[in-house]
Amino acid sequence: MIEQLEYTTLQHLWWLLCAVVGSLFLFLTFVQGGQSLLWQVAKTRTEKDLIINSLGRKWEITFTTLVLFGGALFASFPKFYSTSFGGAYWVWILILFTFVIQAVSYEFRNKPWNIFGSLVYEGFLFINGAVGILLIGAAVGTFYTGSNFQLSAGNFVTWTHPLRGLEAALSPSVSSIFNLAMGLFLMFNARTLGAMYLVNSLEMGEIPEMETRLRKACWQNLVFSLPFCLLIVGSLLFMRGYGIVDAQGTIAIVSFKYLRNLLANPWLLGLLVAGLGLLFLGVWKTAKTKETSGIWFGGLGTVLIGLTVLLLPAYNNTAFYPSKVDLQSSLTIYNASSSPYTLKIMTYVALGIPFVLAYIAYVWWSMNRTTIKIEDTGDGAAY
Amino acid sequence: MIENLDLGMVNWARAQFALTAMYHWLFVPLTLGLSWLLAFYHTIYVRTGSEEWKRLTKFWMKLFGINFAIGVATGIILEFEFGTNWSNYSWMVGDIFGAPLAIEGIFAFFLEATFFAVMFFGWNRVSKGFHLFSTWMVAVGSSLSAVWILVANAWMQYPVGQAFNPDTARFEMQNFAEVAFSPYAVNKFTHATSSSMLIGAFFVISISSWYLLRGRHVLLAKRSIVVAAALGLLASVFTIFNGDESAYEIAQVQPMKLAAFEGLYVGQKNAGLVALGMINPEKKVYDTQEPFIGFNLHIPGLLSLMANRSFGSFVPGMKDLVYGNAEHNILGSVQKMERGKKAVASLDAYKQAKKAGDTSAADVHLAALNENVEFLGYGYLKKPEEAVPPVALSFNAFHVMVFLGSLFPLIFLGYLYFSWKGTLVEKKWLLGLGTITYLLGLIATQAGWIVAEVGRQPWTIQGLLPVSIARTNLTTGTVQATFFMFLALFTLLLVAEICIMVKQINIGPEEN
Repeated sequence: MIEQLEYTTLQHLWWLLCAVVGSLFLFLTFVQGGQSLLWQVAKTRTEKDLIINSLGRKWEITFTTLVLFGGALFASFPKFYSTSFGGAYWVWILILFTFVIQAVSYEFRNKPWNIFGSLVYEGFLFINGAVGILLIGAAVGTFYTGSNFQLSAGNFVTWTHPLRGLEAALSPSVSSIFNLAMGLFLMFNARTLGAMYLVNSLEMGEIPEMETRLRKACWQNLVFSLPFCLLIVGSLLFMRGYGIVDAQGTIAIVSFKYLRNLLANPWLLGLLVAGLGLLFLGVWKTAKTKETSGIWFGGLGTVLIGLTVLLLPAYNNTAFYPSKVDLQSSLTIYNASSSPYTLKIMTYVALGIPFVLAYIAYVWWSMNRTTIKIEDTGDGAAY
Repeated sequence: MIENLDLGMVNWARAQFALTAMYHWLFVPLTLGLSWLLAFYHTIYVRTGSEEWKRLTKFWMKLFGINFAIGVATGIILEFEFGTNWSNYSWMVGDIFGAPLAIEGIFAFFLEATFFAVMFFGWNRVSKGFHLFSTWMVAVGSSLSAVWILVANAWMQYPVGQAFNPDTARFEMQNFAEVAFSPYAVNKFTHATSSSMLIGAFFVISISSWYLLRGRHVLLAKRSIVVAAALGLLASVFTIFNGDESAYEIAQVQPMKLAAFEGLYVGQKNAGLVALGMINPEKKVYDTQEPFIGFNLHIPGLLSLMANRSFGSFVPGMKDLVYGNAEHNILGSVQKMERGKKAVASLDAYKQAKKAGDTSAADVHLAALNENVEFLGYGYLKKPEEAVPPVALSFNAFHVMVFLGSLFPLIFLGYLYFSWKGTLVEKKWLLGLGTITYLLGLIATQAGWIVAEVGRQPWTIQGLLPVSIARTNLTTGTVQATFFMFLALFTLLLVAEICIMVKQINIGPEEN
């Protein structure tokens, strides 16, 4: 069956698969959100240890999902990989930097002869949780607002702004406001998810005040994220976009492009509404009731929101990585993808993904069946 | 754009990638090798129910965890540096190179990441059987991770299963099986995996020997050594065997690399392998200086045997490969450059004809391109001597690797023999040597990668894509800034890791 798939179908399918991985990553940023909440909700060493030991059992899954997101884009849309990573150099380098310092922090923070002290590693976790996610969000924002690059006839990228990608968040422009809003929304959403996950995974019978702080933080961060969410949704309804306007693949500015995309694909609108609804339900369950299952609603909601955010700028003949300085250099799922052969091979490989998801789910269930208690932080293997 | 090439930037980009790769490879072989030892130790614990084996397993697991995190941290940089620093490469071969990386993510990294948490935190949370299974899955996941990145790397050395697409001006995959199962990839995987196992074994032996010299944790040290030395002996013998296979493969597909790491400037029949000798770092392929300084000793015929499986066979030298050798039907870089430049010109003409809508002219230029397309990469070299990699570095790295690699089975054999005799604790000289074996192993494995990657220069993709074309269009200052940023970060993290590791070793297993 895969052999019979059209090239355009494969391109749509692979963008969808990349979007699924990216959306799952956004759900898993509860780890980063929890990290950035550490100093706000944990007031004692024991409370900090408890949070670190809960998140420390999951950080690698988030990390690996980010790596897979990169690998999947490399394999299926190599022109995006080369253009964005090679062009927006400083954004990606700084994002990577925050993930490098995260990776060692769990393992090193609490060990004897830790020469930099626990506080430095907790600082690293905060930087990863706040700055890392903010930058990722700003980078995603450029899917809508465009970037400053040109491609040569051989598709070699030249970035035309000296900040090499950081201008997406730092230049004084309307685009930067949108990009920053995307970054801040994802950052506050990660914190909301982090609070929900910690409420779900920790046994806080002996420290009820931390549970209260976590449930309150969940609500607060939803409130903080709302203005940015509204700004993004409002902008999407009115902003112009970059569309393919003829059979030759010519790119032109199209007014109300993303509204048109939503109307052309009403299921995307459905995903967005359902995602926001589930997110609010998750927050309500966590913040306003004694339930601990909010993370599952919030997590699924985030996945659906993420799918909308990543599919909207790519489907319906839209340039998902537009160039502000040379429209015809803009990337679409048609001109940026791998060859049909590679996409078919990768589709066969992707048949194994349900199996991978199944064992991850089983292991998750096995490890989270019992909540993490204070005594678990004294275990020899603890962080 | 290519005309405006900043070679300084290319070299800094090379340096940054080499820095990241070398730091990464300080930690990865230990993760890979130690994960198998953990699986064996854990299995013995489950089968015997002995608390001493449990204590032993948990101790090595603790050290594994400290090392694992920093290996992961340096790994993510490597993956994304293909895009940040080598974006032209990413575009031109992403169709082929990206696929193994994605497969690695889906099937290997998740296996490792998912079961890693169970292995560490599952002692009282999951059943004994599932916990043991998780430890084995971490070992399998570690090795699977190595499979796919090494498939990708092997393809850079021996680019099979692909074709150049003149319309997109990139290389596209034609046969996945050829890429995944190329003999180069198989050799690379087996060589890297077995050498990593001996690194893991040396890590255990180094620490255990130190304990035995101090009279601490004697039972734990002896037990750890027996399993580690047994695995290490098998792995080290196998490493020599598949190292020889790798050399044969290199001789067939990268003869210039072989000539460089043997310092062979002029091709010979019955060519000898250098047993002793100091390479002349000043010698160039076009001059008449002696290749070696002072005394040197060659073992007659051994290089011919290694390269062609025949003592009397001809092994081409660097001069033959640069200037050609009609007698042995060897095309040199000179001839390849001529044909490469024709290919580049045909490609340009083809593109222009396509743009002008002149299909008949396009067909003519395409036919001309196809005649020379296998030499396309040579069309971008400025002079034929550029095809020679840094000889002194390749030579020295190769001989350090071979010398140490030949020594390793003897060390493992010594440990096994004296363990069997029950006199290991009395053999202070062996234990003293044992404490530095981990360092020796690291030197050998780093040297191995220098041979592989420096010997590939000036190519990113052997014969097809020079490094100078593969880079991102960045300024030298930008790459210098990130080079020093990562140098500082990795060094600080390495120092932090060493301190923590030393303290954990000093504390020993009891407190864990």
